[in-house]
Order: sequence, then C-alpha cells, then structure tokens
Amino acid sequence: MQGLAGALFVLALFGCGEQAQTQPTVLHWYVFNEPSGSFATAARRCAEASNGAYQVKLMPLPSDADQQREQLVRRLAAHDRAIDLIGMDVIWTPEFARAGWILPWSGMLAAQAAERRIGATLDSARYDHRLWAVPFTTNTQLLWYRTDRVDHPPATWGEMLAMAEILGRNGTIQAQGERYEGLTVFFVSLLASAGGAVLDSTDSHAELQTAPTERALSIMESLATSPASDPALSTAREDQGRIAFETGDSTFMLNYTYVWPSARQHAPEVAAHMGWARWPAVDRDRPSRVTIGGINLGVSAFSPHPELAFRAALCIASEENQRLAAARGGLPPTIDTLYEDFEVRAAFPFADILRATLRDAVSRPQTPLYNDVSLAISHTLHPLRDIEPDRDVKRLRDAVNRALRSEGLL
Amino acid sequence: MNASRRSERRLGWLLCAPAVAALLLVTAYPILYAGWLSLFRYDLRFPGERAFIGLENYVSILSSEVWWRALGNTLIITVGSVAVELLLGFALALLMHRTLVARRAVRATLLVPYAIITVVAALAWKFAFDPVTGFVNGLLGLDTAWLTQRWSAFFVIIFTEIWKTTPFMALLLLAGLTLVPHDVLQAARVDGAGPWRRLFGITLPLMKSTFMVALLFRSLDAFRIFDTVYVQTRGAQDTGTVSILGYNTLITRLNLGLGSAVAVLIFLCVVLIAVFIVRGFGAPLFARRQRP
Repeated sequence: MQGLAGALFVLALFGCGEQAQTQPTVLHWYVFNEPSGSFATAARRCAEASNGAYQVKLMPLPSDADQQREQLVRRLAAHDRAIDLIGMDVIWTPEFARAGWILPWSGMLAAQAAERRIGATLDSARYDHRLWAVPFTTNTQLLWYRTDRVDHPPATWGEMLAMAEILGRNGTIQAQGERYEGLTVFFVSLLASAGGAVLDSTDSHAELQTAPTERALSIMESLATSPASDPALSTAREDQGRIAFETGDSTFMLNYTYVWPSARQHAPEVAAHMGWARWPAVDRDRPSRVTIGGINLGVSAFSPHPELAFRAALCIASEENQRLAAARGGLPPTIDTLYEDFEVRAAFPFADILRATLRDAVSRPQTPLYNDVSLAISHTLHPLRDIEPDRDVKRLRDAVNRALRSEGLL
Repeated sequence: MNASRRSERRLGWLLCAPAVAALLLVTAYPILYAGWLSLFRYDLRFPGERAFIGLENYVSILSSEVWWRALGNTLIITVGSVAVELLLGFALALLMHRTLVARRAVRATLLVPYAIITVVAALAWKFAFDPVTGFVNGLLGLDTAWLTQRWSAFFVIIFTEIWKTTPFMALLLLAGLTLVPHDVLQAARVDGAGPWRRLFGITLPLMKSTFMVALLFRSLDAFRIFDTVYVQTRGAQDTGTVSILGYNTLITRLNLGLGSAVAVLIFLCVVLIAVFIVRGFGAPLFARRQRP
C-alpha cells in the first residue's frame, strides 16, 4: 500500500515537473474587444518572445467604458484570481489603486514603463505619487473642419462660433452635449483651456476658480444657444457627431481621431475636404488643453503570477506593439518618438498636431470618486442651453464637493 | 382539539418543514443580510472605512431628491401599465372565454408576447421606435426620437410593459371568468338582465378576488421594473426607477451600505402596495376557514 502511494507521489511529481516545462502559464488579459485584432497579435507576439514562459489569453470586454468597468469592478471586488492584466481606461487609475485592486510599479519596472512616454500619458497612470500602470494607447480630441468652406481653422471658440454663424445652414458645430461622461470631458477641456482646474492640489476639494469656470460655462452656453449648434446637441455623443459630420451638413466637429479613418471609409467625398487643427483655445494667447483618454495596462493585485504579468504588460505596451495598434487599430501611441515613425504618420497624417495636443493634455479629475464627480458635473450642466454662468459656478462647486464627500445617492 | 387532529396538524407542519427551511435559506437570509448591511457605511472601493452608522443611510436616501424622483417615475410606470393591462386583459379574457372557433389557437396566439424574454421584447421595441431602424415613425408619419424625451420615453417603456404582460393578466382573469357559475348568468338572463347588467351585476362582483390577485401580482411586478428601463433608456431622460437606482448604487458604485438601504426601501414599498391593494378590496387574501 505504502509502495503504491509512493509510486503515485513520484508520478505526481514527475507529472507536475513535466507540465511546468511544456505548459506555459496562461495570463488573462481583460481589455475591450479591439476590432482590428492588433491586441490579439500583440498578445501572441509577446507569448512567442517569452520562450514559453507565458501565454496571454484575451478576455474581451464590451466597447462601452462604463460596462467594461462594471464587469471588472464586480470581479475585482470579489478578489477574482483569474484576472492578471487589465486594460484600464485612464479614469480608473485612482479608483483601482485606492481600492487595492492593482499593483504599483516600482524600481526598474517603473523606469521601463515610463521610458519615452509622453508626460500626460504617464500622469494618467499615476496616483498618490506612484505609477500604477504602463501607458499603452492614448487619445484626445482635435478640431475637424471643412477645408472647402473655411480657408483657415479657427484659433479660438469665439472665432469658431462667429465663422459658423456666418456660414449659416452648413455651419453647424458638432460637439458632445448629452448628459453623460462625454459632457464632463468637454467641460474639463474648456476649463483647463481657460486656465482652471476641477480639483485643488490635494485632489479632495473642488477648486473651480470663478473666472475660468465662468468663462468655460459661458462658452458652453453660447454654443448651445447659437444657431450654429446642432438641434440635437442635448442628446449628442461622439458617434452622433461623427455621423452628422459624414452627411456633409456640418463644418466643424470636436472629436477623437477615429473619425478620420471612419470618414475615409464611409464618406470619402467629405474626407477629401476634411481638415484638422488643434482644439480651439479659450483665449488667443493660451493654447488649448484637451482631456486625455486611452488605455493603460495594470496588473491585478489578485493575480497568481504578478511577475509574469508585469513582464507581459511591458511587452504588450512596447514600441513595436504600439506601432501595430496605431497602424492597424488607429489607436494613438503613448511613446513620443513613435509620432515620427513612417507607419504611424501614415495612419495619422495629423501626427504633429496630435502629439502637440497630447504634450499639453489635461487629465480628468484624479480621484477614486471620479465616477461620482463626473455624474455631478454632467447632471449640473445638462442641458447646456440652460446654463447661467454666474449662478452655475456655485452650483457646480457644491455638486462636486458633495460628490467628493460621497454623500447620498447620485 | 382532539388527539387525531393534533397529530394531523403536526404531520402537516412536518411536511411543510423542508419547503419552509428552503425558503428561509434562499429568501429570509438575503433579506436579513441586506437589512444588516444597510446599517453600515460600506463601500467595496474603500473597504477600510467600513463602520456601523445606524439609520444614516436611510436618512440620506429619504432626504435625497433622487430617491423621490425615482419613486415618482416608478409609480408613473406602475400605474400607467397596470391600469391599461387590467382593462385590456379583461377584454382579452372575455374574448378568449367566448371564442367558439379555434379556441386553442386564439389562446396560444395571445400568449406569445408573454413567452418572449423581457430583454428581447424591450430591445425589439427599442428598435421599433428608433427613428432610423424603426417602423413606428413610418407607420405614424412622424419624425420623433422617442427615447430622447422624457414623456415619449415613458410612453415607449409603458407600451412595452403593456404589450408584454397583458397576456398574463388576461390568463389570470380568464381563470376567474370560468369560475362564474353559468346557471346564475342564465337565471339573470331569464329575469331580463341585459349583457351590461349581467357583467356589472354578476360577473364582476363574483370575480372580485381574481381581480385582486391579478392586480396584486402585476403591481408588485411592475413596481420592481428593471430590465425594460435598463435596455431602453438606462434611466436617461429622467426615467430611472427605484430598481435602476438600487442597481447603480450597488453594482456601479459598489456602495453596499447605501445600495442595501435602497433595496430594503423597495421591499418596504412592495409590502405597502400589497397591504394597500388587499385592504382596498376589503377581502382577505386567503379565505379563513369557516367556523361551524
């Protein structure tokens, strides 16, 4: 009997040893379902380069950021050990870090993750003076306009409104005015361009300085009440703006870079006259500062293989794979020098303006309560046509402070 | 009570015991746990800040405009859908009761909407009312984005609910109709009562308890409405119901304390509605055993 048990034990040992040699560890990477397949290719390349140390299995999440977060936080709050790598929207960094769901990067790893990255993309992965993820892809808005209707792009919001109103019926400006997170993004960009900030330096109280906030609010109000705004502004998201612009009836649009490949594919006659410029400034002497988006790669605190996960994250976010994601998936890279790369410039003919915008970009309020703060902002400002700047500065400040105190329902 | 009755009663309890135990396990425990959680400040994002705070969550909810607005929205949907369902359901029940030809086919056809999963029905009507993909605007010669305005969004939600659950109402009421004794109706007819007189004088009073059960079931169901609203508006345009509020607090914000308090309040509302309906009909839900 004892002999049999011993034999089984040896067999089991042998079996395990053999398995470790032939079966690489499987790392589960939760990330949105990137349609071009560039993430899957990156995952495969990294697995091959690891010499059998790991394999990366893509676990696709919905394309809507809120739904991605909902699925992830439910698992992370339950300490799910089957998550190793997380494709994190830039706004999740403080929340996930504070809850202890992701591991901080330090030492050599942090240095490698920060290598040649654009400053603002690194800021989006930082919280509480530590780095929590490696910046992978980024994104920001540009001003898109019709070169056949205006001979130069407007430099400021005032100029754009005046140009649009003179153009009349075709002058329409497409922006995001629905009551959702995109409205917060719009407001943060305007506020930062006016020289203001939502939170104070401790990130725990509302700053919202009176002069810049009033300035931002009055621009929003004059856009909404201008004949140049789209009648459906109060229900417009990014995609409604893109579709409306592709019909050819609009002259200006504030939107992310994905509208460029989309217009070339769906509306080539519009794309032929499509120009790009930096997001309009609030004041002529102060360049605009636009909100940054994108995906950073974090390592789950409950992963059984954190060392491998860190290695895989660095590999997936490497220069080679960022180039692939840019060329094939249209996702702007976070590595500064890639904007001089031939393949990247072919995908983004506006690469120089994009990089300049990203270098000055602003992060959304970096607090674990960002969701609540965003709800407070979008609920207070919607609909844009009813904004009264002098009254609403205080309302906004109160709403943001309430959200930061985590009081009650939202 | 003699000995044999007593032992019979004990046997009755023994036979019930497994079911009671199962119910306690799967319903009483979660309800009590939710009640317990609702007394804490407990956010899964800040696990370190967990603390007992008594009724503070309830105070914060009941003093919040958001809760009362969600409650108002829920009542609009409940009253709007249940009222129409009751009338329409009764008409359909009469139709099914009186049908002479293809009786089975008529009944089966009417039940099709009820057999469809709510999420599927909600999506189907969402597409139907969509200005681009839908047929409703074309049919009515309109150019309305139904789900972008508050009242038209309510209309679509209530319409979907009515379409979906009227068959359930009709089925319940049909069961009540078959219980009305035929000879009583015949006697009334002989006495010269017209069809309306027979309906209001005999059929409806005899169906009182059926109406109460149908109304109770549907109101409780309608009050907890979640899927239709979640699919069609996600609570946008101020159409959020109390269940959506509970979901957002619990699942999106991971605030277990506050969210449990919302859930407990929904439970209390449901109990109130049940008591209100049962009292309103003046009939006990379960007929008491008649004493000799």
